[in-house]
Amino acid sequence: MSEEQIKNLEEQFEARIARDEKIEPKDWMPEKYRKTHIRQMSQHAHSEIIGMLPEGNWITRAPSLRRKVALLAKVQDEAGHGLYLYSATETLGISRDEMYEQLHSGKAKYSSIFNYPTITWADMGAIGWLVDGAAIINQVPLCNTSYGPYARAMIRVCKEESFHQRQGYEIMIKLANGTPEQKEMAQDALNRWWWPSLMMLGPTDDVSVHTAQSMKWKLKRKSNDDLRQQFIDQTVPQAELIGLTIPDPDLKWNEEKGCYDFGEINWDEFWQVVKGHGPMNKERMKARVGAWERGEWVRDAAMVHAEKKQERKQKQAV
Amino acid sequence: MATKNWPLWEIFVRSKNGLEHRHCGSLHASDAEMALENARDVYTRRNEGVSIWVVESKHITASNPENNGELFEPAQDKVYRHPTFYDLPDEVKHM
Amino acid sequence: MKNKNLYNYILGIADNSLILGQRMGELCGHGPSLETDIACTNISLDLFGQVRSYFQYAAKIAGDGRTEDDIAMLRKEREYKNVLLVEQPNTDFAFTLGRQFLFDVYHLAFLSELQKSSDLTLSAIANKCIKEVSYHERFSSDWVKRLGDGTEESKQKMQDAINSLWTYTDELFHQTEVDKAMVEEGIGVDVTQLKEEYYKKVSQLLEEATLDIPESKWFQKGGKEGIHTEHLGYLLSDLQYMQRTYPNMEW
Repeated sequence: MSEEQIKNLEEQFEARIARDEKIEPKDWMPEKYRKTHIRQMSQHAHSEIIGMLPEGNWITRAPSLRRKVALLAKVQDEAGHGLYLYSATETLGISRDEMYEQLHSGKAKYSSIFNYPTITWADMGAIGWLVDGAAIINQVPLCNTSYGPYARAMIRVCKEESFHQRQGYEIMIKLANGTPEQKEMAQDALNRWWWPSLMMLGPTDDVSVHTAQSMKWKLKRKSNDDLRQQFIDQTVPQAELIGLTIPDPDLKWNEEKGCYDFGEINWDEFWQVVKGHGPMNKERMKARVGAWERGEWVRDAAMVHAEKKQERKQKQAV
Repeated sequence: MATKNWPLWEIFVRSKNGLEHRHCGSLHASDAEMALENARDVYTRRNEGVSIWVVESKHITASNPENNGELFEPAQDKVYRHPTFYDLPDEVKHM
Repeated sequence: MKNKNLYNYILGIADNSLILGQRMGELCGHGPSLETDIACTNISLDLFGQVRSYFQYAAKIAGDGRTEDDIAMLRKEREYKNVLLVEQPNTDFAFTLGRQFLFDVYHLAFLSELQKSSDLTLSAIANKCIKEVSYHERFSSDWVKRLGDGTEESKQKMQDAINSLWTYTDELFHQTEVDKAMVEEGIGVDVTQLKEEYYKKVSQLLEEATLDIPESKWFQKGGKEGIHTEHLGYLLSDLQYMQRTYPNMEW
């Protein structure tokens, strides 16, 4: 194809997206579109899978049977969501194994928030409430993204995730209304998860590299700063309602702007964690790689068994 | 020993009798039985189905979007296939 | 307590699901593939669902204000009545699925009899659980076949698991005094009657999986009387951690 032809195709392609048409797997697409989507979608899938670990850490210790089944179901959903997203990404011509390889070798990124430890039960509440809350804000607009398989996967994910945040907030309500010890546990968890949750919505707009292109392709509908503001504005009243204090002395309602002003985010910490220096980066990766390696003989056995069965069937047919 | 990876399967679920099976996603499994079991565990956790079909992805033949012009556009102007093409006086009932 | 035998009988049934559910729950996020991970969690969720039905009923029978969680999490090690089989650790995937399989075959036969119990609540619970457990049995049998008749390595691992776990199978058919009393009242299941069919079914499947049927006739028991292997204590310290550390609180 000549350069001019490609340019022509690209223009048509961008026009289709601008008209809100969906792009489907076999459609022509610019290489950059494919690559960007593989990167973002696999990163999203990895985040779901790594995200199972901090919460999985409390399954055996959940304080009641009701909490235990809810947590199990939630962590299981995350596995499901990772699976939907890996499947959607596979339509772009990359296998799940290749994506795992990128994750395990450290080449692929995932949401840094999962590199923080879950040290008390209240962290299950804080993660559901704040981390899932921030994730929903990020994800809902993706139900309308331009790539069909991604949009469909996200519709499924968002529908299923609607209980996740409620699950977390309910844990927090119980703790906040409980004994002083429980309330302290809840406040401590909020103190530790608040700032990482704000960071989760991505670097500030002035340093965010992909935003313009992503907006055009509807991989993003709002800027990171707008999303963060939305998250803060909706979360602060939720904290007040249960008598918890947001750990930000600069947090103040701005009557004029109609939203909250908030304090400086420690971006040094954010970049350190992204670079692999968070408290749990190594452990998370070790757990993932370990599970994958321990599972290899199992996966191989299933494949060999399937082939044997197939052979026997063919022999019988002869 | 690193053998082949589990192949990809497309999953179709009938949400209730009377409705058609609908494509709902894909997953990996070593054989058809496992694909069915996995589909049950992955795609019907919330009571979404009463019947499942699994098809190994490689067995699906898809039309090429590049041929969409010749495949689908010719049907666009065949308006006489639709009831609104025909002029009838308003007084006519039950038609 | 008026119905002490019935209460203890329910605990005997439910503790198996509780401890096995806890073991399966440990795997969540660490399975050999994403699909298998989700499937194992489903089994765990089914088992905990069963536990809740049983313990809610037991709490009602106790009638002294204790809750399902008190029963699940606030007993001492010697008061848990599960069989030794279900508390065995997730040594590897062959152990996990072998344990599941050896329990599922029993569990299915047991529930099928419990459906006939003269206690209507128990029979209703059994009626609901049996569908879940039929699926568990299908799932674990399929995996035993895959691993047994898979690669050399998987066959060896599956055989090792069956050989190690075999010693805990006979206890499933051991009757306690409570069991006997309940059978007499038409409430309980006579587990001794399930034994022959169990070994027949298990042996058939092991053969199909190209595995050897262990010859050992020496069996371990004690779980039903609260004499457990060393593994249970650690499992309980996780299970009970919150309730013990923060007593008398609501979660």
